[in-house]
Amino acid sequence: MKPINEMSVSFISVSANESFARAVVSAFVAQLDPTIDELTDLKTAVSEAVTNCIVHGYRDTLGTVYINAKIYENGKVMVRIRDKGVGIGNIEQAMEPMFTTAGGERAGLGFAVMQSFCDRVTVRSKEGKGTTVTLQKNILRRQYGIQNG
Amino acid sequence: MSVRLILRDEALTARISGEIDHHTAREVRTEIDSAAQKVRPKKLYLDFSDVPFMDSSGIGLIMGRLRLMQMWGGSVVLKNISAPVERMIRLSGLTRLVDIERGEENETDK
Repeated sequence: MKPINEMSVSFISVSANESFARAVVSAFVAQLDPTIDELTDLKTAVSEAVTNCIVHGYRDTLGTVYINAKIYENGKVMVRIRDKGVGIGNIEQAMEPMFTTAGGERAGLGFAVMQSFCDRVTVRSKEGKGTTVTLQKNILRRQYGIQNG
Repeated sequence: MSVRLILRDEALTARISGEIDHHTAREVRTEIDSAAQKVRPKKLYLDFSDVPFMDSSGIGLIMGRLRLMQMWGGSVVLKNISAPVERMIRLSGLTRLVDIERGEENETDK
């Protein structure tokens, strides 16, 4: 199935861009007329994924965070968040609730939140190369078609 | 992001305004801790009336304040949390560790 719309943004891995990432994905998905809950769910998952890039992927450095989002006719939304940072050695362990390698006040819930708030989450990673998280959220279509401008 | 601090009797209230994420949690933490460490209140109220969004960084924020308050036998109470914030808090299991005080119902219009 081909997407009916697609966008890509990239930005430097500073924490000030976490809210920007949420805003840009929300703005893009708005054309599907999501409910507040659907939007909040997706925004929150994006926030978690982007934060992981900043806190873990590029821990003591700066790099680029890449977001690509695709919208499909049936309301399916795929958001891919990618970094070229340190990568994850043990993905299963990283995804365990409350597991964190960051200490401080990190709750270790990023993946748990993503999985709870999205319909599907896939993680691909290679140590030294980077990590790609793909979030799938199905927005319930409540009207037919998209207005062509 | 801003934090308003109110001290009354032995309770410190931190009224947080704005979205809570990894970026803003830092500032909130600093503001609350500098007051709490000086005053050592019995109760720390975290008022979420003006918090439209929170990701799991907010959970870390709450947990950290709980650890701080426990240093002198104090407790943390969450006030006026919206439905999405409550959902996040339930997901984290934090409901076993902090009290939640309900405010008015938030309206959702869709």
